[in-house]
Amino acid sequence: MNHLLIAPVVLPAIVAPFIIMVLRHHLSLQRIFSLACTVALLAITLGLAVQAADGTVQVYELGNWPAPFGIVLVLDRLSALMLLLTAGLALAVVLYAIGSGWDARGRHFHALLQFQLMGILGAFLTGDAFNLFVFFEVLLIASYGLMIHGGGAKRLQAGVQYVVYNLLGSSLFLLALGTLYAVTGTLNMADLAVRVAELSPDDTALLRVGAVMLLLVFAIKAAVLPLHFWLPASYAYAPLPVAALFAIMTKVGAYAILRMYTLVFGPDVAATAGLVGDWLLPAAMLTLAIGALGVLGSREIGRLVAFGAITSMGTLLIAVALFTPQATAAALYYTVHSTLAAALLFLIADLIIERRGGAIIAQRPMAQTGLIASLFFVGAIAMAGMPPLSGFVGKLLVMDAARDHELVWYIWAVILAGSLITIIGLARAGSEIFWKSHDDSHIREAEPEIAVDDTQAPTEEPASNAPALPFVACFALVGSLALLTIFAGPMMDYTTATAAQLFDPNIYIDAVLRRAEQ
Amino acid sequence: MEILFASAVGVLTAAGIYLILRKRTFPVILGLSLLSYAVNVFLFATGRLMINAPPVLNKYAEVAYTDPLPQALVLTAIVISFGMTAVVVMIALGAYLSAKDDHIDMIEDADGAGDDA
Repeated sequence: MNHLLIAPVVLPAIVAPFIIMVLRHHLSLQRIFSLACTVALLAITLGLAVQAADGTVQVYELGNWPAPFGIVLVLDRLSALMLLLTAGLALAVVLYAIGSGWDARGRHFHALLQFQLMGILGAFLTGDAFNLFVFFEVLLIASYGLMIHGGGAKRLQAGVQYVVYNLLGSSLFLLALGTLYAVTGTLNMADLAVRVAELSPDDTALLRVGAVMLLLVFAIKAAVLPLHFWLPASYAYAPLPVAALFAIMTKVGAYAILRMYTLVFGPDVAATAGLVGDWLLPAAMLTLAIGALGVLGSREIGRLVAFGAITSMGTLLIAVALFTPQATAAALYYTVHSTLAAALLFLIADLIIERRGGAIIAQRPMAQTGLIASLFFVGAIAMAGMPPLSGFVGKLLVMDAARDHELVWYIWAVILAGSLITIIGLARAGSEIFWKSHDDSHIREAEPEIAVDDTQAPTEEPASNAPALPFVACFALVGSLALLTIFAGPMMDYTTATAAQLFDPNIYIDAVLRRAEQ
Repeated sequence: MEILFASAVGVLTAAGIYLILRKRTFPVILGLSLLSYAVNVFLFATGRLMINAPPVLNKYAEVAYTDPLPQALVLTAIVISFGMTAVVVMIALGAYLSAKDDHIDMIEDADGAGDDA
């Protein structure tokens, strides 16, 4: 067994308690350890991605219990891609949080962040449905702490909503798992796949109920309409660097949908055939439409970006819901792009809010307005899916993959109209914030700011000693988007191979259940 | 026994959902707890209901046994829901004390926009 496979879970699980118990009064040491751990995670996940790139499925049996009796971690191309994406995003977020001083505005930021990483990375690795639930809980409970980091009445109220919504989701998850276990007698994903395929089609009513409940759970995580209500308020009121990290959390939902509904309830399984795609596709299209309208209607920059994130989830899930290898490859490319783009815009939104507040109205110019304006321009291009950045490539791939679908015109219309509305919304926000601020006739008196956050740093920070580290994080994200565009060809080769691996679940099942050796 | 069991799950779920739809945080948290009890009881039944059967295999005699896995799952679920309830109580208390308001829905500002959160 390759012990590197469990390192992404174990490393943060060791560092986080160490930070809490030993370093709780030493912010600088916390920063060093957190940063070092994140860099190490990036190196580990890079190593794992290299190992997974040749198409082998590696299995790590915890306690050396063979599946399906023990819990397994499984590394295939999809897991490796998501791990690498998470670690890269986490590095940018940690750099930004250190540079902007967000981690000093409350306690235990770095410990919670590491626990969150442990949950996310574990969820991407696990090959056991109940273990997936446990890792979901780990990442959620850490996200509750991060969400209310820094305190403040509004943030705590939004936090309560977020927690309640997710607790409901967790209950539903358990009900779905219980139903699946009652029907199949197993919770190991590979074993589930085998047993589900063996069930006779007239005996699957309960199984279908379980499959739909599971889809609902993942749809809550992925913020699919009509289960998206938690997202705008949570992301807008959370500390925005945290919201940038949360950009990967909606993708955990998308990942889980992709994993469960290709492996266990695949397109070939008679019992659940057509069940998921038929429901998910219209929901994803509505998600995209509502997200775009939300972008247009937002009067506050954090909320604008949150709706932008919903829009990109809509596009992503349209591609997922098509359930063809080509569409899945496009979806994976778009996943990487949309995570980075959403995180970039959240970080830029935080830069703006720190300097002038979040309302999208013309105010006096802020410090470094040119630099931030150009960053916002790049981020907006990426999020709206305009050339030359990877969002354009991603959307083109998604639309191309939908070409043979019977609803192709609806899909194209929704994606294109959604992009147009998103562009208008982002352009309006950008011109209000950056351009009209230089024209005295447009400047409205700044509204009296309602103190949301007692520990908020003073906003009138002198421009000369504004820290450079936040910009390093932003430019790292811009750079990775540019790389994603330049190396779109190799990236598509990888995601195409990933999709091929996903749509041949026997590779996964054989590796986990060791069928080759029997 | 099945009727008793099923109606217990049903009543707990119904009460939980009713309470979750209330306006203030305290009933909502109670509702979440009730719902998690319902889920735990339901999980218990997923290994089929058996009376007087140990959750261990006996290789020396043909003795009835009950499925041990749901019991392990329930144990995990209880621990997690207990921890989560504690967290949500603390956050709700914090929100109540700082906002002087324990409504679960956030009353938007007059201008509809958020502030500098």
